[in-house]
Amino acid sequence: MAKLVGGLAVSHVPAIGRAIADHKQQDAYWKPFFDGFGPAHDWLAKVRPEVVVVLYNDHGLNFFLDKMPTFSVGAAAQYSNADEGWGLPVRHPFKGDPDLSWHVIEHLVEEEFDLVTCQELLVDHAFCIPMELFWPNGDMPPAVPICFNTVQHPLPSALRSYKLGQALGRAIESWPEDKRVAVIATGGLSHQLDGERAGFINKEFDLLCLDRLVNDPKALTGYTTRELVALSGSQGVEVLMWIAMSAALTGRRRHIHSHYHIPISNTAAALLVIENEAVPSPA
Amino acid sequence: MTRSAPAPIPGTTVFDGAEAQKGYALNRMCFSFNDAANRAAFVVDEAAYCDRYGLTPEQRAAVASRNVLQLIAAGGNIYYLAKLAGILGLNVQDLGAQQTGMSVEAFKAKLQASAQG
Repeated sequence: MAKLVGGLAVSHVPAIGRAIADHKQQDAYWKPFFDGFGPAHDWLAKVRPEVVVVLYNDHGLNFFLDKMPTFSVGAAAQYSNADEGWGLPVRHPFKGDPDLSWHVIEHLVEEEFDLVTCQELLVDHAFCIPMELFWPNGDMPPAVPICFNTVQHPLPSALRSYKLGQALGRAIESWPEDKRVAVIATGGLSHQLDGERAGFINKEFDLLCLDRLVNDPKALTGYTTRELVALSGSQGVEVLMWIAMSAALTGRRRHIHSHYHIPISNTAAALLVIENEAVPSPA
Repeated sequence: MTRSAPAPIPGTTVFDGAEAQKGYALNRMCFSFNDAANRAAFVVDEAAYCDRYGLTPEQRAAVASRNVLQLIAAGGNIYYLAKLAGILGLNVQDLGAQQTGMSVEAFKAKLQASAQG
């Protein structure tokens, strides 16, 4: 049976992709952000995930408003990146794991999540940048992307995202392959790009989220989507993926690492690593 | 059953079904800018390109103004507008500064100051 080794979450600000492409990791602006990754890399070297499930949101690369699925699951052997329109270099394709994809799809639909399944899926910066941050040498494992709608309201609620995460955790642990799997959430934390409130950052709420994500993710399901927009910004709602990641870790949880830095571009950038140790279910 | 209007969030447009309908043509045009050939076509003849996507007069005026708040008022969603901003050579700090009426330096300082919060 597969083993869910833990979860990671990280911001996916496009400017990070440019900094990586331009090798600016040690520049004064970028150093405080990139220097936070040591413990995450050490942990990944220890647990060595063989497949990852990546919870992210598309920003108008694969999906447009003509068809906007709430949750969509990639089911391809390979995922391509493409031109997003504002000059980020296009990355090499990423390997998929169709067997885990279809297992997750079967399991989630059985648990009454009505999904969109994608045998072709372009993955944008929100998928690519976290993979490059966690595997800077390019040796990332195959991935199963799960895309959340954070573009067009109504978005999935925090509670729905939490429940999806729980079901995903159960799906991974029931995958018959004897492989180590990690869950990655991308996006957040607080930021807002649009409107007179552009530049909004809420450190107090972010720190509360980071604590709850480790210790009590269910506590975050009490917020409505509008409350999350008010507290963390229009794009800060990407914390929904972080809630789902944390909810997937249904075993014994151990906090490995948190890192928080303001600002990266217009965003409060954060990184979180939680280990998961399966608790045998009672016979 | 009617739903009561939710409390507004200051300085924030929640991009819901009403906005998505209103902004459809504008956002559809901006979505096309994922393609370099389309970006080039827009630059060559902006008005003709707006025609091709059936922008409303309000949306055409907003595009011509380069004013982000006006583009949002016309139903623009920031994720798609970012692709238009890319053509115009504006990054998200430029957009933030314009929307808040600050200089880019002042907007960056405001972001930096959030670290103390």
